Amino acid sequence: MALLEIKDLYASIDGNEILKGVNLKVNKGEIHAIMGPNGSGKSTLASVIAGREEYEVTKGSVLFEGKDLLALAPEERAREGIFLAFQYPVEIPGVSTANFIKASVNEIRKHRGEEPLDAASMMRLMKEKLALVEMDKSFLSRSVNEGFSGGEKKRNEIFQMAVMQPKLAVLDETDSGLDIDALKIVANGVNKLHNEENAFLVITHYQRLLDYIVPDKVHVLLNGRIVKSGGKELALDLEERGYDWIKEELEAGAPQNS
Amino acid sequence: MSKDDKIIQEVAGSEYKYGWVSDLDEDRIAPGLSEETIRFISAKKEEPEWLLEWRLKAYRQWLKMTPPAWQNLDIPPIDFQAISYYAAPKPKKKLESLDEVDPDLLATFEKLGISLEEQKRLTGVAVDAVIDSVSVTTTFKEKLGELGVIFCSMSEAVREHPELVKKYLGRVVPPTDNFYAALNSAVFSDGSFAYIPKGVRCPMELSTYFRINAAGTGQFERTLIVAEEGSYVSYLEGCTAPQRDENQLHAAVVELIAFDDAEIKYSTVQNWYPGDKNGVGGVYNFVTKRGICEGRRSKISWTQVETGSAITWKYPSCILKGDDSIGEFYSVALTRNRQQADTGTKMIHLGKNTRSRIISKGISAGQSQNSYRGLVSINKGAENARNYSQCDSLLLGDRCGAHTFPYLDCSNPTAQIEHEATTSKIGEDVLFYCRQRGMDEEEATALIINGFSREVLKKLPMEFAVEAQKLLAISLEGSVG
Repeated sequence: MALLEIKDLYASIDGNEILKGVNLKVNKGEIHAIMGPNGSGKSTLASVIAGREEYEVTKGSVLFEGKDLLALAPEERAREGIFLAFQYPVEIPGVSTANFIKASVNEIRKHRGEEPLDAASMMRLMKEKLALVEMDKSFLSRSVNEGFSGGEKKRNEIFQMAVMQPKLAVLDETDSGLDIDALKIVANGVNKLHNEENAFLVITHYQRLLDYIVPDKVHVLLNGRIVKSGGKELALDLEERGYDWIKEELEAGAPQNS
Repeated sequence: MSKDDKIIQEVAGSEYKYGWVSDLDEDRIAPGLSEETIRFISAKKEEPEWLLEWRLKAYRQWLKMTPPAWQNLDIPPIDFQAISYYAAPKPKKKLESLDEVDPDLLATFEKLGISLEEQKRLTGVAVDAVIDSVSVTTTFKEKLGELGVIFCSMSEAVREHPELVKKYLGRVVPPTDNFYAALNSAVFSDGSFAYIPKGVRCPMELSTYFRINAAGTGQFERTLIVAEEGSYVSYLEGCTAPQRDENQLHAAVVELIAFDDAEIKYSTVQNWYPGDKNGVGGVYNFVTKRGICEGRRSKISWTQVETGSAITWKYPSCILKGDDSIGEFYSVALTRNRQQADTGTKMIHLGKNTRSRIISKGISAGQSQNSYRGLVSINKGAENARNYSQCDSLLLGDRCGAHTFPYLDCSNPTAQIEHEATTSKIGEDVLFYCRQRGMDEEEATALIINGFSREVLKKLPMEFAVEAQKLLAISLEGSVG
């Protein structure tokens, strides 16, 4: 059974149809990259998986470990093991990062029928994962993302992901706005967390992240549909040739899977 | 209605947790207010003649006064003859120790989460417990006595320390200060009295727990705290009341006096019964609180977390008379359902180099109305006075209101005054972010509100900060049984 299986998914926002029949299957242990030009529906796909309510699913299905994901509230999806690293993480004034993560971890534990973590174990867990993204423990006492630089916000996302250990992590343009050092830290975090039991869906605009996170599969999302899938070399093709040749192929009626 | 609105409506409309009534044998007088009533109260409390006269003077003045009408509140007319002005749990014999306290009374406080037992020592809090009109017990009197700290009920202070009461009562809030203060001066029944002698740092939090129990009564307590030169005290009051369909009047007066280099920290967690979802019942909380920084370098700090009461009318203020004195006001006021609050502060700068700081956080939900009203007054002689005010409002849903009424009165050109104000709604983005991390909407809302209020909550003594945080969460969650 696939970890995530998306079938013929249509979704719209404010009456505008953005996703127009997406099909995607992600197995445990895999890293998938979704690439595409601006406005092709990449972030919409991430939002629909996470359960953002502004988006209306008009057709199709999304199964997560065989369960109907679309029937679940966003927090239930999170508790089931879906994590979204936000493209634009929000600031929460007055709420320390430590408190925020504590609330989050304990909700997920409760869902699994586990006791809340005691303060010492919680602190140990956080400190261990901080090291992974090369963040100082002073981050924990700062309000969530408040006054963080763009790079710090993205690292905070990866840090939270490391603490929560999701089954499926969706990275929504986590590389945008990152300098090369921060990019390496983020990629390194992902690589260390990746194992045979989880999967990653890396949404990106640029190929450069994929120099560090090597995907098993690369998909091209164009105008609300996955129009081409391939191995990691597809990303290099895209880098070199852009998206126009795919559009041309499409118009010429070429096969969509290489 | 969208799902979000529904959840906000649910969380904003949760049940009151302290609405039960204790079955106490009550000693109370028939409703009505006259000179006779006042004589009765005074006699009941075995008061000296001067105090009776003081009360009667206030009463005669009150008769000529009219209720204030400038506030942004819709207050139904109050029939002052329909209120019983004295109710006390029996028995009336003087208590020698906690062992003699009515077990039902102790149980009442246990239920409120306030242990009056001596093990409370461990938490370092001395408690004065006031039910309806009387103080039922004060803990740790002896320990405090060793340091010369007096902490007792107002009735006891009148008996045991008449010279202090006579000297300071009404000094900050004169009997005829305003309509409700005059009423309180006439009929006040009990309250707490604290006196910290020169140079003493009070080793524990002093705390008073107020509870209205009897039906048809008002509560009119009077609190007086005097901090002599170089002393320090931190005082906390908490309040709850049973759930009743009638409105109950609570008109208290609190006076604080700080001499040279003294500091008084006064914290309130106010959770009187707020009325039901439709605005039926609830306490009218019309309170006059004022402190004077009499001495140089003295400091008075008010911190309040206001979640209860149907109507709140309350402006804890500081008169900064001593040079270099400091006044602070930190407030979180949460209103929901049909609650109304008009609350804020007055900072009156008289002395040189006086400083004041106002941090107000208003949270409105349901169909409530929440107003901040504050005055910063810099008098002619207040050279180099400074004030900083920050008023933030957070709205939940679209049927509530938040209002800010800042008044500024500056007569000295050397003053520096800053005022910042914001109004915001809880963003969908923030809620979604929290939910994506596994929190449900109620928990996320509570977290965001606690964050919003943090600057104020962190001013509370540690053990109460936790309580206040829970109270804010409980006030919003639908999970209270």
